[in-house]
Amino acid sequence: MPAGSSVIRDPLQGMPALTGRSGSESKNLSWLTAVDGVTLEVPTGQILALLGPNGAGKTTTVRMLAAILRPTDGWARVAGLDTVRQPRQVRQAVGLLTEFPGLYLRMRADEYLDFFGQLQGLAHDQIRRRTEVLMERFGLIAQRRQRLAEYSKGMRQKLALIRAMLHDPPLLLLDEPTSAMDPHSAKLVHDAILNLRAERRTILLCTHNLSEAELLADRIAIIRLGQIVALDTPQHLKSALLGPPLLELRLAHPPDGAVREALSAQHDIQVEAWGDTWFRYRTPSPATANPALVARLAGMGAQVVTLSELPRSLEEVYLRIVGDSHGP
Amino acid sequence: MALDALSKPSAESGSLATSLATIGIIVRRELRDTMRDWRIVSPIVILTLLFPWLMNWTAQLAMNFVRQRQADIIGERMVPFLLMIVGFFPISFSLIIALETFVGEKERRSIEPLLATPVTDLELYLGKMIAATVLPLMGSLVGISIYLGGLYWSVGYLPPLELFILIFVLNIAGAVVMVAGAVVVSSQTTSVRAANLLASFIIIPMALLIQGESMIMFWGHYRILWAIVLALLVVGVILVRMGVKTFNREAILGREIDELDLRRTGRLLIQSFVRPPLGMAALGQARGSAPAGVRRLIGWLGRVYRRDLPYVLRSNWMPLAAVILALVAALAIGWAYVARYPLPQGSITLENLSPESFDTLSGASFLPSLTTRGIFWHNLWVLALAGLLAAISLGVLAVLWLMIPIGLVGFMAGQMAWLGYSPLTFLAAFVLPHGLFEIPAAAIATAFALRLGASVTAPRPGLTVGEGMVVALADLAKVFIFLVVPLLLIAAFVEANLTPQIVLWAYGQ
Repeated sequence: MPAGSSVIRDPLQGMPALTGRSGSESKNLSWLTAVDGVTLEVPTGQILALLGPNGAGKTTTVRMLAAILRPTDGWARVAGLDTVRQPRQVRQAVGLLTEFPGLYLRMRADEYLDFFGQLQGLAHDQIRRRTEVLMERFGLIAQRRQRLAEYSKGMRQKLALIRAMLHDPPLLLLDEPTSAMDPHSAKLVHDAILNLRAERRTILLCTHNLSEAELLADRIAIIRLGQIVALDTPQHLKSALLGPPLLELRLAHPPDGAVREALSAQHDIQVEAWGDTWFRYRTPSPATANPALVARLAGMGAQVVTLSELPRSLEEVYLRIVGDSHGP
Repeated sequence: MALDALSKPSAESGSLATSLATIGIIVRRELRDTMRDWRIVSPIVILTLLFPWLMNWTAQLAMNFVRQRQADIIGERMVPFLLMIVGFFPISFSLIIALETFVGEKERRSIEPLLATPVTDLELYLGKMIAATVLPLMGSLVGISIYLGGLYWSVGYLPPLELFILIFVLNIAGAVVMVAGAVVVSSQTTSVRAANLLASFIIIPMALLIQGESMIMFWGHYRILWAIVLALLVVGVILVRMGVKTFNREAILGREIDELDLRRTGRLLIQSFVRPPLGMAALGQARGSAPAGVRRLIGWLGRVYRRDLPYVLRSNWMPLAAVILALVAALAIGWAYVARYPLPQGSITLENLSPESFDTLSGASFLPSLTTRGIFWHNLWVLALAGLLAAISLGVLAVLWLMIPIGLVGFMAGQMAWLGYSPLTFLAAFVLPHGLFEIPAAAIATAFALRLGASVTAPRPGLTVGEGMVVALADLAKVFIFLVVPLLLIAAFVEANLTPQIVLWAYGQ
């Protein structure tokens, strides 16, 4: 996909905003800047996770990229299409999973998909084929003739995802795709998303589920107060914000004083904690420091059992960026 | 507003066939959904199938009653009234369906997936509107057929063809107006409850109209009814246009409450008044700031006269042209009425005019005193009232308001010609001296009042209906204070002091 830059200003052209940002963005958009200076670029076949607190501008960004809303200023291109000049084509090229499933509950599932398939310009046999494939994939095929009012929350969410994928769009904008799902359904959706990536589909994923973002996303964008404040791969974000990774080395026996002295003398590692048979350290150059450390310990007769990197969650990164400065 | 909708069909429209197909898809789904809602279907069925029989029975009783008293014509004239009722009741359901269209979907959160499809605003709007109209209209027509069939079978009565067509068309036009109005309401409110409350503004005038139509029908003035059909269709078209123009995806998706924020409205009004008009800054012209101190005030006034006023006058050429056309039409209509209501020959003798004649005129209670102050305040009041009338009538009443005096001028000029005087001399003496200032002032004020009223139907891109009205009001205020008022002052001075002299010079002894 395409790069996008979107700036939204107040209604009086050429004049500064009359009031600052306060309250929720949906309260009154006329008087505040919902999204300002968002610059995103997602190459084909990648997943970008858009994270941010409530009211940060995620949904507004997604709506602009889906050509539902027009930015007051700036531009966005989706699959090579301009969202302002070619909104109809953009909406054909995008599959949008909205924050709420928003289904017509009196309709049957297949009728519902038929309606949206027709609006997307698909032929009836295409719709039928796609419906069967997707409902099978998400485990809804047995309920295809059921009224949507009888669907559970998770089933509705899955059907909404099928609606977004029905016309096989090159770009999917997914707003909280697994928010109402049980773990099994969420796994199905995660697998589907990874499959889509394998099929060179581009995906923008808005989520509050940080482990989901970490699991699926190639890159993470964090949006706050309508602006992108961080954008990189999960690994780079962690390194940049949390420092070098924390490594844990476990020994067969408790280390003696000589081992401790030897570790203190090695300048390229910094020990952060000691346990009975283990210690944790950081190093800016693991590729050289780790083999040297292991060789040294072996030379001193200390038996190394394991050397591993301690996992660091994306949550720490997110809270570091958003949490501390999260206003009232 | 910050995020304006993609509301220009031209930017995204496909072929006509595609659009019609899309509208058809929307209509079919909506109809299927409506047909599954027993709360809507059962009343329509009852009113369509049972109510006509009840009316039929009532009509038989009434006809038998009046026949016994040799007043057949009263019975026959009652039939159309009952026919209207039979037709109107199912149509009233179109209002309920239409009120639900957008705001109902918004409440159920099903509107966003729909907006994310390649459907244009116009296709969506028309699809919803047609779907809301079709079922009740069918019910209405079936009801009318049942009623008329029953009447023919029981008393052998069939209405004249013209009346039958008239009722048929009145029903359709009424349904279109109600649905168009309700869809506008539905797309501008944030809850079904609010939409239902606002529906009174549709149902009450329509109910009054039905009563009026029935009375006209009773007296058999079919030409008036055809005029009503025409007026209803015009209103319907205006409402549809208004609905499409004010359709705002952002507002539908984002607005959670209907808020009346007077402080914010006041702030927008003041800023729009103080700053250069919208669009001027965007064209790279001077941007202003709030005046502070005498020198800045003078500078600000200079900008208003040099840039703001010429800009707003230029950018509002359309309402100005419309008002000028209306004035020319009023003049012509006034002139044409002379043939219908000619004054008796000799009833006006301009040769007898004297200074005392003006004193007599000044004493007439229905005219302002012929002093600068009297004339000025009278004209100011009249034009201020035009602004008020415009706000409540989409601008139409403001134009009609101005057409009355201009029509009278045309009428008097025509009478002068009829009585053997030169109409040009009459106009040059009686109207032109102060009219040179007063007519442009009135035309400009009316044009901006028209724009204020019409801004409801088509706000500027990027503004909500309310914001559009406030900005139009600010432009009206600026033009009124800095252009219209000075012109009216000059006109009043001329009319009080120079015009009588010129009239006496032209005609007097």
